[in-house]
Amino acid sequence: MSDGDLHRGQIEIVGLTRQFSNGTARSEVIANCDLTINSGMLTVLIGPSGCGKSTLAKLIAGYDTPTSGRITIDGRPVTGAGRDRLMVFQESALFNWMTTEANAQFGPRQTKEGLRAAQRQHVGDLLELVGLKKFAARYPKALSGGMQRRLEMVRALANSPDLFILDEPFRGLDAMTRALMQQHFAGMFEISRRTTLFITTEIDEALLLADRIIVMTNKPMKVAAKLEVDLPRPRTIATLYESERANQIKERALELLFPEAMKSFASPAKAVSV
Amino acid sequence: MSTVAMQPSVRFDRKRIRANALGRGLLGGLTAILTWEICSRAPQLFGFSVPYIGVIPAPSKVLVEWSILLNEPSYWRSWYQSFFRVFAGFGVAFLLGVPLGLALARSKIIFGALFPVFEVLRPIPPIAWVPVSIIFWPTQEMSIAFVIFLGAFYTMTLSTMNGAREIDPALIQSAVSMGASRWSLYRNVILPATLPSVTTGAAVGMGITWEVVVAAEMISGGQSDRAGGGLGRLMWNAYVTGNYNAIVVAMISIGIAGYFSSALVRLLGRQLAPWAAR
Repeated sequence: MSDGDLHRGQIEIVGLTRQFSNGTARSEVIANCDLTINSGMLTVLIGPSGCGKSTLAKLIAGYDTPTSGRITIDGRPVTGAGRDRLMVFQESALFNWMTTEANAQFGPRQTKEGLRAAQRQHVGDLLELVGLKKFAARYPKALSGGMQRRLEMVRALANSPDLFILDEPFRGLDAMTRALMQQHFAGMFEISRRTTLFITTEIDEALLLADRIIVMTNKPMKVAAKLEVDLPRPRTIATLYESERANQIKERALELLFPEAMKSFASPAKAVSV
Repeated sequence: MSTVAMQPSVRFDRKRIRANALGRGLLGGLTAILTWEICSRAPQLFGFSVPYIGVIPAPSKVLVEWSILLNEPSYWRSWYQSFFRVFAGFGVAFLLGVPLGLALARSKIIFGALFPVFEVLRPIPPIAWVPVSIIFWPTQEMSIAFVIFLGAFYTMTLSTMNGAREIDPALIQSAVSMGASRWSLYRNVILPATLPSVTTGAAVGMGITWEVVVAAEMISGGQSDRAGGGLGRLMWNAYVTGNYNAIVVAMISIGIAGYFSSALVRLLGRQLAPWAAR
């Protein structure tokens, strides 16, 4: 796995604002948000449902443009989608008409030279790593939910992005599968140390994965707090359960999250969408 | 209390289900024909005549007429002519409708410019185009083909457009961010994603085409049998000459032809888009 990514994928966000307007109604989803995502680290964004985390992820990925403010990756401004920032969504965005292998190879194929032998090997290794090598010839519909998520990750990682964005990727999976996916993903990160932005609403998931947790407020979204997660790796669910430090961080995070969750509970869920 | 005998396993055996479906289909068909026959003979059997169904020529007579027609080359020529028109009209509708549908879905400019015109023309039934078609097109065949083309064209375009519109934006976003060129995006994402809608539109369009071909043939089938022809023409001639049995033969022939055409389209659809099978 590539270690060269350790110093790439640094995201600086300054004064980010995103407003949505639907006719006369205007909704400010993100207001003057400042944020840094450090390279080589796994940053988890946690916040109540509907607070705008997905919007932020899309802005960083380049699928959306901010109303005002600036986002840079390694000093370069973000102006649109690109291979250096790849995102895995909540719902499956796999190409159902392509096999598992074809899906995974899609990114590398888009270059002028097409799929080189080294890349084919790389994709094969990734599929092996997530346990999908056996299913290379199957179609996504034949895969289980967890396997589809893994395939989506492989498809993104095959492009060796500087920044890997995941928006609640394990949502909707049953508890057991979710736990296994979390452990697996933590393991993958520990090998590659690729800069990762992980969005979730589950605090336990955040603790297992994060080097740093950023707690976000409800709409309009700002940074509520940054929590350094200085727990040793590798982490397991069992050790976290007993760790004093882990519970400390969890308490602090819940303290911050609860009032925001209450606000979210009381207000209409989503932003005004265009 | 009787014990419920549990079968060791409920096997959803594909063959059995298909056989059952076929059996049910045959049973339904035979029952319908039997009822029809009985109603036709009602005056002799029961002493009263059944309205509507009783007036239609009996299946027995129809079958006799059919066996006569099967030996006449003009009957088979009718099949060929209708089929040719249907597939020609349908083919052009497909070749024009799919790209137009895609363009309408993907380009706001094209949509703004063309869709209003399209939507105003669409409610005009293909039959209403017959006079214009006869005036406009040089040959009679082309007039008929044009009317048939219209039948399928609107359906193909709309199905394709809606299919292309409904593509999950996440698919497009993923492909674009992985560096897909415009061409690659169309070939690898948009076209395959739209394909299930295209095949559905094609199956529906094929049915409409058959409705139109019959009417088109009846009207503009020409004064001479040789020039016009087709199953619609056959039926009309049977009516005009008072051969009521042949009318029913022609009707059922059209039904069978339409069924096979649609089945063919569905089969092709399943081959092209196996992932969309339910």
